[in-house]
Amino acid sequence: MSLEASFADEPAFVPYLAAGDPDYESSLAYVEALARGGADAIELGLPFSEPIAEGSTIQEAIVRALEAGMTVDRYFEFVADLDVDVPLVCMTYYNLIYQYGDEQGPRPFVRKAAEVGLSGFVVPDLPAEEAGPLRDACDEFGLDLVFIVAPTTEGERLERMREQVSGYVYVQARLGTTGARDEVSDYTERSLARIEDWDVPKAVGFGIKSGDHAERIVSAGADGIIVGSALVDIVAEGHENDDATEEVAQRLEDKARELKQGALRGAGDRPRVE
Amino acid sequence: MSTSKFGDYGGQYVPEALMPAIEELTDAYERYVLNNEDGFIDEFRQRMRDFGGRPTPLQYAEQLSARYDTDVYLKREDLLHGGAHKLNNALGQVLLAKYMGKERIIAETGAGQHGTATAMAAAHLDMPCVIYMGETDIARQRPNVFRIRINGAEVNPVTTGRGTLKEAISETMRDWATTVENTHYVIGSVVGPAPFPSMVRDFQALISEEAREQIQEQAGTLPDAVLACAGGGSNTMGTFHHFVDDSAVDLYAVEAGGSSLSVDEEAGVAPNSASLSTGEEGVLHGARTKVLQDTDGQIMESHSVSAGLDYAGVGPELAHLVDSGRVDPVNVDDDVALEAFHRLSQDEGVIPALETAHAFGYLEEHHDELGDTVVVNVSGRGDKDLETVIEETMERDLSIAPDMSIFREVGGGAL
Repeated sequence: MSLEASFADEPAFVPYLAAGDPDYESSLAYVEALARGGADAIELGLPFSEPIAEGSTIQEAIVRALEAGMTVDRYFEFVADLDVDVPLVCMTYYNLIYQYGDEQGPRPFVRKAAEVGLSGFVVPDLPAEEAGPLRDACDEFGLDLVFIVAPTTEGERLERMREQVSGYVYVQARLGTTGARDEVSDYTERSLARIEDWDVPKAVGFGIKSGDHAERIVSAGADGIIVGSALVDIVAEGHENDDATEEVAQRLEDKARELKQGALRGAGDRPRVE
Repeated sequence: MSTSKFGDYGGQYVPEALMPAIEELTDAYERYVLNNEDGFIDEFRQRMRDFGGRPTPLQYAEQLSARYDTDVYLKREDLLHGGAHKLNNALGQVLLAKYMGKERIIAETGAGQHGTATAMAAAHLDMPCVIYMGETDIARQRPNVFRIRINGAEVNPVTTGRGTLKEAISETMRDWATTVENTHYVIGSVVGPAPFPSMVRDFQALISEEAREQIQEQAGTLPDAVLACAGGGSNTMGTFHHFVDDSAVDLYAVEAGGSSLSVDEEAGVAPNSASLSTGEEGVLHGARTKVLQDTDGQIMESHSVSAGLDYAGVGPELAHLVDSGRVDPVNVDDDVALEAFHRLSQDEGVIPALETAHAFGYLEEHHDELGDTVVVNVSGRGDKDLETVIEETMERDLSIAPDMSIFREVGGGAL
């Protein structure tokens, strides 16, 4: 399934959850709930022990998933077990991709990812300078490689990314790590302006937590929104309160719907340039 | 990118938000450190003399030399201000941050030595400073936490994972990703993304620059072997750097063998910190290097009796020098290190850091293979480790240790 196609007709809603948080079965139900709620693609985190780009919310999700026994092999099973019909993007750190299989480098991991039906990758600790081998493997197996454009990314670095990016570009709305914030960051519009003429869809993430927030981001020009921590918060709260999986799944589905509707409203607000 | 790699190791595996800061730092490193722009290196050396107390002595160790029938020289980095080699790097980087116009310093610390040195350097150069430290380490290194606070720096406890050095590094990187525009991250070892491994090595290389001259003056010859303990590897690279081209000088990086060299995949624990001896190539904290990891690539929890060696990675340049055969990776376990701690204290009147004691443990076990003249880097003094040493000594039956009964009678379990 093409990632880019997810953005074709209307603003895309791209949620993130860590696979296996807080346990394998619940996590399957949660990801499927997001799809029911209107997700157009899903970033599915493969937990790594040193998630340096994540804020505390997602970091704790990763710890819960690892403690519940998530491994790389289990992750691939998880993807195969999922009953969703939207593209799935593997979000993880480079060491796990690099170590997999008996051949050195990212190729075995990407081959396996293609086999189980993943559509692409986001690798927060792999800047464009180090991404050559993964880009090659993605090309070989027909997967996309998403890059993150930070508020500080400019000039040559922007060009290097533009040459390698496919699927969509992840626009980081503010500095720092992932995490839900109340205010919309100043950087969104400026960052979008810098990559205005790029061909790939632009999805804005970092700190989006409500439908209104999603609306504002889309009306500022984003082709889609990426939401992680606000959803992981729902999983965490359900886990702490020992709530039934179906209840938590329903909350996630409702939140997904709110975010998707917000994104759609944002598109309506936007002056159409034909 | 050629300057960022050591063979296949090194590189810059960091979140995109940090890349501009890393490029800015690379530029500053080349201008100020490598080319002495605006007299940076002159000021650095001046401050290391006046504030730091350099040069440190190279001391002939009479008792050890007689014991091993080998000329043993001690490079006394324990006499540097702050009691360890850490100030070389901390002062260098805080000064560089000032030259770069940064307004705030952050740093991680494990044993607290780097945090202490950074807090001292930040106070000396009048920069606000925040130190990240794992809560486990805060509990076992309380005097250092207080020293950091006394120097006016903040200490932020890190509660994730096991609460040790690798979690503190991750957390400091998160802070940096948020504050990168006005903040410099003073990384504490020759680890992390380029240019940190080269830059930290260059600041620490004062050790071997002095030692190489001193040994030729005193012994009339280059040494047959140079020994330094290795955790992340900053004192190791500092001690080796100017000897790397002297092919007749054997270089030994002594790692912490902990309680065992085996790993427990199920628990994700390696009861050692011997990344050079037993680690596999991987990517950790911004660099490709040798890493203690499970077969998936998840990073292991390391262990050592010495908090300062307790790290699952190691500097990429050291990994490269080991692969190319220039540096011998060796290790000694907790017991041998503890015995060496007592031996150096009793025989030479030098109480070493537990990190340092590993190098002397290797000297004890392998002195007859090291040649006629040996230099050992005394990377730090052991005052910070006394509580640990009392506990660990009481758990063992060490013939070399002083009679510990006084602690049992007076201190009981309270110690």
